[in-house]
Parts: sequence; C-alpha cells; structure tokens
Amino acid sequence: MTQQHALQEYLLRLADSGMILAQRLSELVGKAPALEEELASTNVALDLIGQARNWHEYAAELMDDGRDADKLVFLRDTHEYRNLLMVEQPNEDYAVTMARQFFFDVWHYFTLKSLVNASDERIANIAAKAVKEATYHLRRSSEWVKRMGDGTEESHRRIQDAFNLLWRFTGELVTPDDTDHAMFKAGIGPDPEQLKQDWFGMVREVAAQATLTTGEEDAWMYMGGKRGEHTEHLGHILAEMQFLPRAYPDATTW
Amino acid sequence: MYAQMVDTGTKRLKTLEEMSPEERDFQEKVDAETKIEAKNWMPDAYRKTLVRQISQHAHSEIVGMLPEGNWVTRAPTLKRKLQLMAKIQDEAGHGLYLYSAMETLGADRDDEIQKLHDGKAKYSSIFNYPTLNWADMGAVGWLVDGAAIVNQVVLQRTSYGPYSRAMVRICKEESFHQRQGYQILLDLMREGTQAQKDMVQDAINRLWWPSLMMFGPHDDESPNSQQSMVWKIKRKSNDELRQMFIDQTIPQLEFLGCTVPDPDLKWNEETGHYDFGAINWKEFYDVLNGNGPCNHERIATRRKAIDEGAWVREAAVAYAAKQKHRAAEAA
Repeated sequence: MTQQHALQEYLLRLADSGMILAQRLSELVGKAPALEEELASTNVALDLIGQARNWHEYAAELMDDGRDADKLVFLRDTHEYRNLLMVEQPNEDYAVTMARQFFFDVWHYFTLKSLVNASDERIANIAAKAVKEATYHLRRSSEWVKRMGDGTEESHRRIQDAFNLLWRFTGELVTPDDTDHAMFKAGIGPDPEQLKQDWFGMVREVAAQATLTTGEEDAWMYMGGKRGEHTEHLGHILAEMQFLPRAYPDATTW
Repeated sequence: MYAQMVDTGTKRLKTLEEMSPEERDFQEKVDAETKIEAKNWMPDAYRKTLVRQISQHAHSEIVGMLPEGNWVTRAPTLKRKLQLMAKIQDEAGHGLYLYSAMETLGADRDDEIQKLHDGKAKYSSIFNYPTLNWADMGAVGWLVDGAAIVNQVVLQRTSYGPYSRAMVRICKEESFHQRQGYQILLDLMREGTQAQKDMVQDAINRLWWPSLMMFGPHDDESPNSQQSMVWKIKRKSNDELRQMFIDQTIPQLEFLGCTVPDPDLKWNEETGHYDFGAINWKEFYDVLNGNGPCNHERIATRRKAIDEGAWVREAAVAYAAKQKHRAAEAA
C-alpha cells in the first residue's frame, strides 16, 4: 500500500463515518424527544456534514479523477464506503441513538485531538476546527449516557440494553489495520495503542458514573466497514440518500 | 400566516363607555401603540386569544418541520442538505421562542402541546399538504415562508410586547428562508433539465392555492377579526394580506418562467392589483377540520415523538433531582 493510497483510505473513513452518522441523525428531524433535543441533534448532524465535506474534498483532490465531494457522497456504492459499522446502525430508541453517538464521539474526539498535530497541514487544520465541535458532541452524549444510566429504572434498562446491543461494533473503532498503522508511521494518524487505551479509559469512566456495565475488550467484534464490507443497513441508507442524483443522472445542478 | 381563524370569544365590540376603567385604560394604551407587557393588566379574552394565536403559531412551526423533514434524508447535494437541516432547525427555534412568549401569559407549553396532540388546537392548514418532489423544498420556502412573512412583518407591530419581539427575530430568519427557497427554484429553472423544470411547475401547481388559503377566510367570513384588529393583535385583514402576497409574488413567478393554476389571474390597471380566481373554501374548511391529505400523519408523527420521548425526559428530570440531592448532601 502506497502512503497516498493509505491517506485516501484514511480520509474516506473519517469522511464517510461523519456523513453516515449525520444521515442517521437527519432521519430524526421533527421526531426528537424534546424540542431542545431537536436543536442539539441537528447541530451535531450539521457539524458532522461540514467536517465530512472537508475530508471528502481533500480525498477527492488526492484521487484526482474528476470527482468532487458531492460525487463521492452521492455516487459511490456500499463497497466503496469506508465508514465504521457503528454509525450505520439504525436509530431504534433514543438510548441506542445516544449510545451509538457516545461510542463514536469518544473515538472521534481522541482521533481528532491527535490529528491536530498531524504532519499533513491540511489535515491538522481541518482537525483543529473539528475537535472543538467534537468536544461539545462528546460532552453532550456523555451527559445523556449519565442521565439515562442514572435516571429512572426504565432509562437505565434501555441504555444498558443499547450498550449491550452496540458493543460488538466498538472493536472496529480501536482495532488498527494496515491503513491505521501506515498513518501512524507517517506522523498523521494517532498511535493505535494510545487510542485504544484512551477510548476504553473514557468509556469505562463514563459508564461507571452512569452505573452501567460495558462488555469485555476481547468480546467477539463485528468489523469490516473500514474495508468496505458493511452491514445490510448501509445499502438502504444509500438508496435513500442517493435517490435524486441516481434517478436524474443528467442533472448537473440542484 | 401561521394562525388561522383564532377565536376571540367575543360576540361584539364594546364601546369605550361600556368598558370598566381597567379595560378603558388598556384599550387606550393599545390605541396609543404602547406595548402591553406580561405584568400589565389585560382583559381575560385578550389573554386567551393571544394564547390561542401564539400557540397556533408555535404549533405551526413545529408541525411545519415535517413536510420539509420528509426530504431531508434525500436532499440531493451536501449544500442543499445543510441548508435544509439548518432551516428546519430554525423552525424548531421559532417554536421555542413562541412557546416562551406564550408562557409569559401564564399558559403552559406541555398543556398546549397536549391540546395539539388531542386534535383540540389548530396549526396552519398548509402543513397538511404532502411534499411530493424535491422542488417542493424550494416552493415551500418561497410560497409558504413568503406568505408567513407577509403576515409576520405586520405582526412585528402587534400590541403584545413579547409576541412582537419574537416576530422581529423570526422575520429575519424567515426572509432568509424565502430567498433560499426561491434560489432553489431559480437554479432548477435556469440550469436544470426538463425533468427538473417540470418538478418546479408541479410543486407550484400543488402549493399555490393552499398558500393563498394560509391567510384564512374572506374578511366577511372572519367573525373574530374585528376584535383582534381593535386589540391590535391583528393589524391587517385576511383579504388585504392575501392581496399583498399575490401582488408581490406574481412578478417573482414570471421571473421564474412559471405559471399558477388560475386562469382568472390578471393584472388590473384600475385597482393596481392582481385579480384572481375563487378559492375553494370547501377544501380549506375540510383541511381545517382534519380532512386534509396529511392531517392524520402530521399529528400522529408529533404525538409519537413526544410519547416515545417521555422516558427520555423523565430520565433527565430524575437525574437532575439525584444530582441536586447529592450536592445538598455533600454541602
């Protein structure tokens, strides 16, 4: 794997993970459990799409095949998407939505915090802005995990079920592959070992405060998103998200 | 116009002589354009009418998120997706400030929302129409937000201070939405394919008449308007506002190169206004009475969101109480 190829792959992971999570959040528009949450959840989605656009633009420049950020989002099929499996999981109830957000946010925060110091200046600049947003996202999702975990009996049961349900997708966040190793070596990506420690450290700390239990680190993990092997959900997400550009291929403007 | 047919609970107007001293003092303040504030004395009927009007307006903002939410997962570009989400978010924000303005009158947000979910409170009839193609996202911004602005610009001068101030803020954002909506249509008409241009015309055909209905019934069919005008809760009549909207919209329509489905629409040199055809009032009252294409779905969606979110809100309350208790014990 050349370093350029690894960099493209890595950028697509960041870009696609943010984009697909935002797409899931956009399904909740008009349906949040409170008006204040409507505003907060949309803020997170808007931040993630903005960040994804920056990552996609950079990836498109490196690919240099005439595609732009929109073409990457709206005209790639599932096997070309590189998002984490976690973010494509359905919203279900608000506990699942929030547990998914929390597991992602911890990963996102520590990843961006490290990318701020990337040897690649473009990445460092995008990360510098994004990490401020991710800090707020993480504060919000941690607070909700605590409120649900240490709230009522029902909320505790629901968020614990959500943790159990999604645990099998957490391994992919902290298990490095060749691309992750290559990025670390190139002085761009985080130290995989450090990221893993930081992720477990924070997840365990918040879970303890929320009176929740987490799964084992060595539990069986479902992985594949980073290499384009997704769960069945992604195809449906893309079918909906890409409908207009696919149905009207001659359209050059919207 | 997000509030239609607001009941004032009055049968006829009182003369100044018939009023109690408090009422007379109130009416003189209103006549002098002095804003009424939450702590001021006000007639009970004025308070109730305002609660009804502001809550209808707030409900309209919230239910109004749904027709646009219908396309948010299918927005065709990143730019359009960001714009659409931000617009819907603004509507949630408008709902919040309006409910707050309403609460200054002693009403409770949760109670009023419950009335909406029980089918006892109204919201603008326009949101009971479906959004069937992407160009609806442009047409809703241009026509629906456009019609709302015509009404709301006037409401910036409404007699109740908190409502008037909420309107000032809301109008700024609505104007932005309207321009953004028009731009969607203009881009499609100028640079789009024939299929895209057809979407625009189709959207206008479906939304034109319902947009005109947003202003409510004709003045002679609007029994509550007179009292609302005297209280300066309402500042211009339904027909005046509708005419203003048509007069400002038709040149924009022509600039797009589109038409409206009204063979009687024509410029009248003498009056200096556009003449237009008869509105289908049966349809208006059907929709208002719950028999529009999407009445059932809109309320069902809102009710489901709030009902299924009950445990989330309860968790937040329970957690806050525990934290408070712990802080008190630690102190």
